[in-house]
Amino acid sequence: MAKKRTIRTIPQERTPMREQDPAVRAKNFEEVACGYNLEEALRESERCLLCPDEPCISGCPVGINIPGFIQKIGEKNLRGAYDILTSTNLLPSICGRVCPQENQCEGVCTVGESLEAVAIGRLERFVGDTAIKEGWSNVPYIERNRFRVGIVGSGPAGMACAADMAKAGCDVTVYEAFQEPGGVLKYGIPDFRLPNPTIDAEIDKLRQLGVRFECNTLVGRLFTIEQMIDEMGFDAVFVGVGAGYPSALNIPGDSLNGVLSANELLTRCNLMRGRDFPNYDTPLPVGKRVAVVGAGNTAMDAMRVSMRLGADKVYCIYRRSRKEAPARLEEVHHAEQEGIEFHWLTNPVAVLDDGKGGVRGLRCVRMELGEPDESGRRRPVAVAGSEFDFETDLVVYAIGTNANPIMGQTSGLKLNKWGYIATDDNLATSIAGVYAGGDIVTGAATVIQAMGAGRKAARSMKAFLGIRD
Amino acid sequence: MSQFEIVSREDFSEVTYLLEVRHPQMARAARPGQFVIVMLNEHGERIPLTIADFDRHRGTITLVIQAVGKTTKQMQQECRVGTSLFGLVGPMGIPTHIGKPKKVLCVGGGLGVAPVFPQARALKEAGAYVIGILGFRSKDLIFWEDKFRAACDELILCTNDGSAGMKGLITDGIAVALAGHADVDECVAIGPPVMMKACADATRARRIKTMVSVNPIMVDGTGMCGGCRVKVGDDVKFACVDGPDFDGHLVDFDDLMTRLRRFTPEEKRAEQRWSDSCRMP
Ligand SMILES: Cc1cc2nc3c(=O)[nH]c(=O)nc-3n(C[C@H](O)[C@H](O)[C@H](O)COP(=O)(O)OP(=O)(O)OC[C@H]3O[C@@H](n4cnc5c(N)ncnc54)[C@H](O)[C@@H]3O)c2cc1C
Ligand SMILES: Cc1cc2nc3c(=O)[nH]c(=O)nc-3n(C[C@H](O)[C@H](O)[C@H](O)COP(=O)(O)OP(=O)(O)OC[C@H]3O[C@@H](n4cnc5c(N)ncnc54)[C@H](O)[C@@H]3O)c2cc1C
Ligand code: SF4
Ligand code: SF4
Ligand code: FES
Ligand SMILES: [Mg+2]
Repeated sequence: MAKKRTIRTIPQERTPMREQDPAVRAKNFEEVACGYNLEEALRESERCLLCPDEPCISGCPVGINIPGFIQKIGEKNLRGAYDILTSTNLLPSICGRVCPQENQCEGVCTVGESLEAVAIGRLERFVGDTAIKEGWSNVPYIERNRFRVGIVGSGPAGMACAADMAKAGCDVTVYEAFQEPGGVLKYGIPDFRLPNPTIDAEIDKLRQLGVRFECNTLVGRLFTIEQMIDEMGFDAVFVGVGAGYPSALNIPGDSLNGVLSANELLTRCNLMRGRDFPNYDTPLPVGKRVAVVGAGNTAMDAMRVSMRLGADKVYCIYRRSRKEAPARLEEVHHAEQEGIEFHWLTNPVAVLDDGKGGVRGLRCVRMELGEPDESGRRRPVAVAGSEFDFETDLVVYAIGTNANPIMGQTSGLKLNKWGYIATDDNLATSIAGVYAGGDIVTGAATVIQAMGAGRKAARSMKAFLGIRD
Repeated sequence: MSQFEIVSREDFSEVTYLLEVRHPQMARAARPGQFVIVMLNEHGERIPLTIADFDRHRGTITLVIQAVGKTTKQMQQECRVGTSLFGLVGPMGIPTHIGKPKKVLCVGGGLGVAPVFPQARALKEAGAYVIGILGFRSKDLIFWEDKFRAACDELILCTNDGSAGMKGLITDGIAVALAGHADVDECVAIGPPVMMKACADATRARRIKTMVSVNPIMVDGTGMCGGCRVKVGDDVKFACVDGPDFDGHLVDFDDLMTRLRRFTPEEKRAEQRWSDSCRMP
C-alpha cells in the first residue's frame, strides 16, 4: 500500500489539458480540448485524496462514486473505472466534457479548498473516451418482460430513462422530432466542444441495449400521449421534450432580419451543417460584427461559432458582471482566449435598422449593480444617460427559453403556471403512467441534471410497473 | 429504407407538381391547415409544405409544390414514384378551427390553391355554403378545378390574362363574390403574402373574419428556433406552433415579406450552383 496522500504530498498543480491553439481553433470546428493521455490521467488521479467523507459525490447530481473511479484509474484499471462510472452515468464522455463541474462535483472537492480542485470531469472524459476507443460497453444480461415503454424526446433526459428501462427488460421506443437523436447535444452544443461521433457512440450503446429510435416523429401531433397509452400499447411513457421557445428582448428592432435566436444559429450550423453551405442546403446567417446577448453556455456557443464562421468581431453583451455569468467557467475562458470582446454590465435597449430590413447596430446602456434581487444576485440598474451604440450586422439572442407548448396543446398533461409540465417529487405527471423530466419540467438546466431526472423517472416507472430492481 | 415512399406524382404545369407520399400514421392524424417538414436527402434543408390532401384509406398525404428555388426544383427533378424522401415530419401546426360559419369564401392563389382545398372540403362537410375563389396566371396553370367544384357551392376562377374564368386578380373575384352575397361571415385566404394582404384589405371594411395561413422561413417546426416568428397585432407568434393560421386583419404582412427575404443571396447562390451542376455532362 502506498503512503497516505495528503494535501502536501499530492501534485500541487492541476494537470493541464492540451488544447488547440486559440488562434488556430478560432477558425475550425475541431475539438478545442484534446483530452488527457494515460500519463496525464495517472498524474491527475494522484491528486485525489480519496476522502472518506466523499464530498464530491454529493456535488454530482447523479452521485457518481468519484473516488472509486479515480482510484481505479490510479491502479491503471480503466475498465474497472468505466464499470464504476457507468453504474451511475451512462454518458461519461459527454458529461466529462460539458458538466459545469465548478458548480457541481469539483466545486465541493476537498483539494479545491486549498489548491485547484481535482479535475474530475477531465478524468471522467478520459475513461469514457477510452471506452469508446476500445469498444467497451456494459450490456448486462437483460431478462425481458412484457412491458412497453415510450420515450418522447431523445435528449439526455430521454436517453437516460430509455437506458434504465431497457436494462430493466422493457421494450423501449424513443421518439424524436428531428431527423437524428441527441437533443441539445446534437443541435445546440457545437462539435468543437462535443464532437458528434462522441454522441453517436453513446447513442449506439443504447441501441445495443435494444432501444429503438424513431426519428421524424412529432409526438402530440402525429399521435398524442393519451393515444400512446390507450391505443398504441405503451405501459408507461416518459416525456423529455426539452425547453425551446427562445425569448426575445422585446425592444425596438427585435424583428429585423439579422436578429435571431442562438438556437436558430446553432441548429442551422450544427445539426443542419449550414457551416458547410452550399454543400449542405441550409443557409446560415453570417455576420461581420456579431453581438450576442447573454452569457450562458448558449451564448458562449453562439459567439464561438460566429468566430469560426469568419466574423471579424464578436461581442458578448451581458447586463450583469462576469461573476454572475451562468456559463461554465471554462467556456468563458475559452471564449476570451479566442478573441471574443466581453462587455459586462451592458444592456441592449434597441436594435438599429439599416433601412433595408437589416441591422446596423445595437444601442446599449451601461449598468451598475444595485441591491440583491430574489435570485440573490445584485440587480443591475441602468446608468442614466449612458447610451452608446455598437456597430453590428447580426444580433443573436441567448437570453433563455420558455416551455415548448406542443405537449400542453395536445394532451391533458397538467402544466405549471409557466407552462412547464407539472410533476410530483417522483416525476409523475397528472396522467397515470406518464412521467416527465429534464428541461420541460425544470426549465433550462444542465445535461447531467436532465440525465438524473431521466433516471429518477425510470425508478418511478419501475415501481409503477411493479418491476423490481 | 423505403420510409416516406412517393406513390404517385402528377405534374400540373412546368412549375407545379404533386407528390403523394406514403405515411399511414400521418394520413390518420392530419387535419386541414396543418403542414409537414420535408428533407429531400441527407444534405438537404428542412422545408415546410402544407398537407394539401390526405387519404386515410390509401395511407397517404399529398403535397402540391411550386418549384421556386434549389430544393423545390431538385425535388421536381428527383422525386419519382418509387423513390423516398429522407425526412418527413408532421403533421405540424394547429389545425384550422372549423367553426360553424354559414357562408364562407375559400380563397387560394399561387402556391395557396392546393392548401386551401382541405379547408374548403372540411367547411363544406361542416355544413357551410362554400364559395371558392381561385387565382391562376393563365389557363394552362389551372389544376384541381374538379376537386374544388365538388367541394364548393360556387367556384370563381380568376386568371390574370383572362384565358379562363374571369379576367383579373383574386381581389376582383372577392369583389364579385361579396357583391353577390351580403351574408358572407368568414374568409379563408392562402397564398403569397401580397395576395393574403390584399384579401385581408378586401374584407376589412365589411369586418368579415379572415383567416390566413402564414409561411415564414422555418427550420425545426417545433417551436425551438424562433425563426418563424410573425407579428400578429401586438404579439409575436411562432407560426409553427402558434399557427400557421392567424387573423389576417392583425398579421403584419410587410414584416413577413421582409423576413422572407432573409436569405435571398444564399438561396440564389445555392440554386445557381445546383443548376450549373445539372448542366454538367
Ligand atoms: C447551446 C446550448 C449549450 C448548452 N451547454 C451546456 C453545457 O455545456 N453543459 C450542460 O450541462 N448543459 C448545457 N446546456 C443545457 C443542456 O443541454 C440541457 O439542459 C439538456 O440538454 C436538457 O435535456 P433534455 O433531455 O431535457 O432536453 P433536450 O436536450 O432539449 O432534448 C429534447 C429533445 O426532444 C425533442 N422533441 C421536442 N418536442 C418533441 C415532440 N413533441 N416529439 C418528439 N420529440 C420532441 C427535441 O427535438 C429534442 O431532441 C446547453 C444548452 C444549450 C441550448
Ligand atoms: C407553413 C408553410 C407551408 C407551405 N406550404 C407550401 C406548399 O404547400 N407548397 C409550396 O410550394 N410551398 C409551400 N411553402 C413554401 C415553401 O416552404 C418554400 O417555397 C420552399 O421552402 C422554398 O425552398 P427552395 O429551396 O426551393 O427555394 P429558395 O430559393 O431557397 O427559397 C425561395 C423562397 O422561399 C422561402 N423559403 C426558403 N426557405 C424556406 C424555409 N425553410 N421555410 C419557409 N420558406 C422558405 C423564402 O421566402 C425564399 O425566398 C410553405 C411554407 C410554409 C412556412
Ligand atoms: S457527471 Fe458531471 S457532476 Fe457528476 S462527476 Fe461527472 S462531471 Fe462531475
Ligand atoms: S473531494 Fe476531491 S479529493 Fe476528495 S475524494 Fe472527491 S475528488 Fe477526491
Ligand atoms: S420553425 Fe423554429 S420555432 Fe418555428
Ligand atoms: Mg432553399
